[in-house]
Amino acid sequence: MSNLAVLPIVIPLISGILLALLHKKIQLVRVLAQLFTGINLVVAIYIMYVVQKNGSIILESGGWDAPYSIVLVADLLSILLVVTTNIVALACVFYAPKSLSKQQEEFYFYTFFFMLISGVSGAFLTGDLFNLFVFFEVLLMASYALIVLGGGKVQLRESIKYVLINLFSSMLFVTTIAFLYSVVGTVNMAQIAQRVQEVDQKGILTTIAILLFFVFGTKAALFPLYYWLPKPYIVPNPVISALFGALLTKVGIYAILRVFTLIFVHDTDFTHNFFIWIAGFTLIFGAIGALSTNNIKLVISYNIIPAVGFMIMGIGLYNEAALSGTIYYLVHDMIIKAALFLLVGSVAYLAGTSDLRKIKGLIHHYPLLGWLFFLSAFVLAGIPPFSGFIGKLLLLQGGLQNDEVVIVIIALLSSLLILLSMIRIFVRGFWGEKDESIRVDKKAARAFTMPIVFLLFFSVLLGVGAELFYPMIENIAAYLLNPELYIESVLKE
Amino acid sequence: MEIIMSILAGILFTTGVYNLLQKQLLRIVIGTALISHGAHLFILTMGKLKRGAPPILEYGVSEYTDPLPQALILTSIVISFGVTSFLLVLAYRASKENNTDNMDQMRGTENE
Repeated sequence: MSNLAVLPIVIPLISGILLALLHKKIQLVRVLAQLFTGINLVVAIYIMYVVQKNGSIILESGGWDAPYSIVLVADLLSILLVVTTNIVALACVFYAPKSLSKQQEEFYFYTFFFMLISGVSGAFLTGDLFNLFVFFEVLLMASYALIVLGGGKVQLRESIKYVLINLFSSMLFVTTIAFLYSVVGTVNMAQIAQRVQEVDQKGILTTIAILLFFVFGTKAALFPLYYWLPKPYIVPNPVISALFGALLTKVGIYAILRVFTLIFVHDTDFTHNFFIWIAGFTLIFGAIGALSTNNIKLVISYNIIPAVGFMIMGIGLYNEAALSGTIYYLVHDMIIKAALFLLVGSVAYLAGTSDLRKIKGLIHHYPLLGWLFFLSAFVLAGIPPFSGFIGKLLLLQGGLQNDEVVIVIIALLSSLLILLSMIRIFVRGFWGEKDESIRVDKKAARAFTMPIVFLLFFSVLLGVGAELFYPMIENIAAYLLNPELYIESVLKE
Repeated sequence: MEIIMSILAGILFTTGVYNLLQKQLLRIVIGTALISHGAHLFILTMGKLKRGAPPILEYGVSEYTDPLPQALILTSIVISFGVTSFLLVLAYRASKENNTDNMDQMRGTENE
């Protein structure tokens, strides 16, 4: 029964290998990829159902007992994120055939796509810090291959920066694990947590904690480590940008959330207050960045940064409302970022340029696309009743509970700036006179909108049906605030 | 012994970072390779160096070398080997396409 936890990692892995063998038969590969992603989503939802009913699933690989084996831990938080990952994947796999050229598809796009999903799911599910590094590398290797797919001049130039910054932070990650191993003598997260608790997190452990935060902060694009993110994310094909924007930074945030609610929770005055500062700067600089450019893809890319700021703010505040807000926002942001990258990708394709100054009056040609963009701008900025609102409400509530008024004001202000950056695209690009010079391609537009509608459906559902999801999110937050539960479930003491 | 190894790892890191900050693409690749060597050496050192003891845990053996750091290094070496070879090809292609291997000229400000 406990073998269930490995399925979200193994199914994409096997699919990826299988599709690599068939890569020339592109029609077959497309159908199979869609089928496998669908199966993976169903399996993930089933696991979530089991976890909800019976509690966390712990898989001890090789039959060794917990601290000695590599464990996979499917608790409610990780499986919720795996389900969200698969929803995003399903939308992307249906968008891909219209967006990618035949060559790109034949050049193992689907293989790397499945490897990426496998790595992301693995990073969410693992209960072992070194294993987390390995899964980070799996997803990064897949992302390196995806970001150079197609290989134009600009694309290669930006890929170099992306690969270098990730390589450097990975090496720091290994070094930090070595430090931690020399202090606590284990890499199992539950056992690390137990031992850190025993020695009451002395100075050296807090130093290691901040080093780990630096590593994850680089991957999650926090201030002041976000400068590498915006440009490399816009150079590949929109469907690849959507996968990156939705999944990669979120894995970094998940790692911070896990490590700083489970392991390093004994010196919150220092570590978590530090996060609030970082969150404030991330929010401000990300929102300013989004306003600084006329490239519509770059606007969305910059918008990743304040979203990450919101999540880190919740982790910094460290109370039940704020953590529920972070989890809500995490799920919401994975879905809406994918939808937005696909949307601007479609707009850039249909208008023939991603320069906002050259786009006008698109709504006359593509009304549905225009209103979808309008809707997603509202979802992103957190206008009620959509999903962004619930997450932000909980975060602000958590902020006020801790009397952190400054961060609350910054969060509200940056929300306004985010809305401005989105509405700017809508007003300039969609409104205005009808541009007769555009070659209208209704068929492509219809094909593009289907996956976007699918994603926005979940976004709206998360907001309107908040009553449905909130109890579960609240459960997760309460569970995170009590690390004993995780330790007991893994080590079984 | 641990001290010497730590210093050696430190030197590898320093030279690695120095190379990473250069403008020439090939030097940067060499820098990342040096840093990864430093990191691997560091893992080995952190697991406490011991000589003459078997790395395998058996019943009744009291003296043994910790096998975990070796397993960690092996994994890490394989990964950094793969990434470095990928990076070399990427650097070659990128410098060919852009007609330069100078990072100053590869900043890319034209699409701002």
